[in-house]
Amino acid sequence: MFNPDDPLAPPEKAFDQPWQAQALALADTMVRAGHFTPNQWAQTLGAALSKSEQDGAPDNAETYYNAVITALEQLTEAHTDITAPQRQVRRAAWEAAYLRTPHGQPVKL
Amino acid sequence: MSTYDPEKAAQIHRDLHTHLPPDPALRVKTLESLVVERGLVQPEIVDAWVEAYSEHIGPKRGAQVVARAWTDPEFKARLMADASEAIKDFGFEGHATGHLKAIENTDTQHNLVVCTLCSCYPFSILGMSPAWYKSSEYRARAVREPRKVLAEFGVTLAKDVSVRAWDSTAEVRYIVIPQRPAGTEGWDQDRLAAIVSRNSMIGTDRDLDTGGE
Repeated sequence: MFNPDDPLAPPEKAFDQPWQAQALALADTMVRAGHFTPNQWAQTLGAALSKSEQDGAPDNAETYYNAVITALEQLTEAHTDITAPQRQVRRAAWEAAYLRTPHGQPVKL
Repeated sequence: MSTYDPEKAAQIHRDLHTHLPPDPALRVKTLESLVVERGLVQPEIVDAWVEAYSEHIGPKRGAQVVARAWTDPEFKARLMADASEAIKDFGFEGHATGHLKAIENTDTQHNLVVCTLCSCYPFSILGMSPAWYKSSEYRARAVREPRKVLAEFGVTLAKDVSVRAWDSTAEVRYIVIPQRPAGTEGWDQDRLAAIVSRNSMIGTDRDLDTGGE
């Protein structure tokens, strides 16, 4: 229910890119569904951020959200049956789908 | 004068026609399709979250809580005792506010909130956290040199005002209750809520602007 006049709406843009919102939404939904705990999420994200910093990544939103995705990948690998090779196969399938889909049409696997 | 580089031109041509989303977008899409396929999450819930935090949930929720605390002593007592319970009056509970604690600024104490580990934040009442809150610089310095950090935000504290930094965790999140500015006597809650800035509820703002009134 989109309400452009929502008086409580955020006064500024909350996300630079749609995938940033999707990454956090996925993390929060996984936590709330009980696939991993809030503490496991915080620890894993913290470790990913710390590694980015040690690797000399710039201190910006892109680095932050990349760490969010890394943490999500690590936690799904640790707490679900989704493996890294399965991710690689699925990623390749999405890339192929994007490349074969004419511009402007919905991309489907 | 620029020179023609056939390889560069060919690359630009390829890039324009691939339509491939950026790498992080593909990583998210990959993960989402896998977890949805296995029934680990429902896509409608993910989509609803994105819409809520992009369009509806922002710091004005927290501002309403602060304005009520300023005008309703009974609510304020409940808020200070158990903020997670008190915000249920507004229907603002949820996402990461299961263990919310309200901390009050006074004439002699200023409070500053940080998450030194990652980016824990009371999303359901303040919306998405600002970029600086997630930066490693703020996370490292807010505890080590809070006065200096505050000065960079334009907040200069008198010597007799102490600063306490509160380190958020996955278990406990904080909202700062800023001091009600002088000259706002008789204002209703909506008018008061309008002057409560997001940063004042994180603690990187202290003296609220009443718009010259």
